[in-house]
Amino acid sequence: MAVRVQEADFDLSAEINAFRAGRPEIGAVAAFVGLVRDVNLGSTVSGLTLEHYPAMTQKALLGIVAEAEQRWEIIDALVIHRVGRLQPMDQIVLVAVASAHRGEAFHACEFIMDYLKTQAPFWKQEQTPEGARWVEAKESDNGAAARWENLLTTNKHE
Amino acid sequence: MSVTVLYFARLREALGVAQELIALPAHPANVAGLLDQLRARGGEWQTALASTQPYRVAVNQDMAEITTPLHDGDEVAIFPPVTGG
Repeated sequence: MAVRVQEADFDLSAEINAFRAGRPEIGAVAAFVGLVRDVNLGSTVSGLTLEHYPAMTQKALLGIVAEAEQRWEIIDALVIHRVGRLQPMDQIVLVAVASAHRGEAFHACEFIMDYLKTQAPFWKQEQTPEGARWVEAKESDNGAAARWENLLTTNKHE
Repeated sequence: MSVTVLYFARLREALGVAQELIALPAHPANVAGLLDQLRARGGEWQTALASTQPYRVAVNQDMAEITTPLHDGDEVAIFPPVTGG
């Protein structure tokens, strides 16, 4: 598994190609890409600044990926999260999961994103016509992560 | 004993400090005791760190609870609920 936190943009095709290169056992790659939108809560958003807690970010993301590996039979996972200043339409995050079959990759990809949204120490500040404002956490994000707590998942040993 | 305390995002701006070294009583210390000590500064500290506020605490880069023990040299981070992704 690999986790990268970087200011630079990433090339989606290049990342996915490198991720699965030379590994014929991979039958499925599920990938999620999060993007900067130009509107939030009724205001125009001209840009975004992503702050993080450098000492903890990598550790938190690796912990989330390790948890996904415990729950599903996945072959590999890749997380790239950008920090610093971003513009509308920019890519923010990539989560890619490889597995033999699609079900495990889909589930693990969504799980990693849901946990990243509530556990990884990143904070967004939006630039709007009314000034800069910190994005508030959404209750729906807590709900999205919590639903995995009780969900029956495919047993790795079945 | 002392711990390093880091503040992030909205909390860092509200409190006006990013990092500080805080001396704690030598007897068994935990996150709750540290927060009490910070709130005792009054003003914005009391408001921003009120138990009704939705902030999070990490100890040595792991999410922590109010009862998590603290040791000399620990790194404590206090921050708003995260909003990445």
